[in-house]
Amino acid sequence: MIIADRKPVDEILGMVSDAKKILVLGCRGCVTVCSAGGDREVEILASLIRLGMLKQGKKIETIEGSLVRQCDKEYIDAIDEWEGQYDAIVSMACGVGVNFIANLRPTTRVYPAVNTSFFGGSAEQGVWKEQCAGCGNCVLHLTGGLCPVARCAKSLMNGPCGGSVNGRCEIHPDVECIWQSIHDRLGRIGNAEAMNVIAPIRDWSTAGHGGPRKTTRDDLTI
Amino acid sequence: MTFTPDIQAFCCHYTSQQTIAEGREGLKQDGLPGNVTFHRVVCTGKLQVSTLLKAFEEGADGVYVVGCPADQCHNVKGSQRAAKRVDAIKKALAELAVEPERIEMFHLERGFHPEFVEAAQLMNKRITDLGPSPFKGEAK
Repeated sequence: MIIADRKPVDEILGMVSDAKKILVLGCRGCVTVCSAGGDREVEILASLIRLGMLKQGKKIETIEGSLVRQCDKEYIDAIDEWEGQYDAIVSMACGVGVNFIANLRPTTRVYPAVNTSFFGGSAEQGVWKEQCAGCGNCVLHLTGGLCPVARCAKSLMNGPCGGSVNGRCEIHPDVECIWQSIHDRLGRIGNAEAMNVIAPIRDWSTAGHGGPRKTTRDDLTI
Repeated sequence: MTFTPDIQAFCCHYTSQQTIAEGREGLKQDGLPGNVTFHRVVCTGKLQVSTLLKAFEEGADGVYVVGCPADQCHNVKGSQRAAKRVDAIKKALAELAVEPERIEMFHLERGFHPEFVEAAQLMNKRITDLGPSPFKGEAK
């Protein structure tokens, strides 16, 4: 899922400083699961915005809502329920949601309440870790299912760097060296020889360096 | 001008049961400040961050939570969860440049203990010293 973190309150207050009525809008997709932008977080942020404004001697009206997802046109249409009731939307969805509102509501002011961080999973309660970089050219079949693009600090493709010590990364000693883990795992699953395959120079053109990416499924388009 | 703070206390049913059974007069005689309002909850772990923030929105100058000792919660981890949420609010208050000590967590034993009254006295003194909540300014 997409992992996000709430922005500092003062940054959000700066965005809405001239608004009188705002719609704080959560998303019931990824950001609900990672506790960054679901119904509960909407309630908390709306309260913090009201308190922040009170401290500044101002008053702001907040409407709290959430959409099934903010990354589908059909669900964005549900915003019409609050039509005319707000000056601006504070979206607690990932950046995709903010973009979708901006794309589909040309005259609506929309602000991001979270920083969209990475694609990850819940390692333990309250802890999320990056697992995938969305690079568009998956090599997990060659690396035992562990991603060197996302999980190696240098995104190395041919084994660990010289800084791998006792299975830890030299950049972040609290992080495993993913190449050590790939090596160990390939051995455990009877595929140790895969470590000897030299990965060619990688084509990063699928990784977003050439501008926004797009996928079209002809079998689904009408 | 003297300032009497509005203090809202959220207490675990088990922790506060016997103390609150003393009744308002009894508690007064025990030294409990009259400006502390108690809210008994089934477990402090049930308290949401938004509930505690709401207390500030509704005019509280200080808020505190009284739950079981961290390792003796009737619901195993309820008071630990409450402490985490109080910490989250401390951070949020700091983000708003408001004194984080306006909210506090206390872990107290069940039954009547002077510590229950002392927690109220401590918060009353602390919040009196801090002055009125910065959220109470006149909104334009």
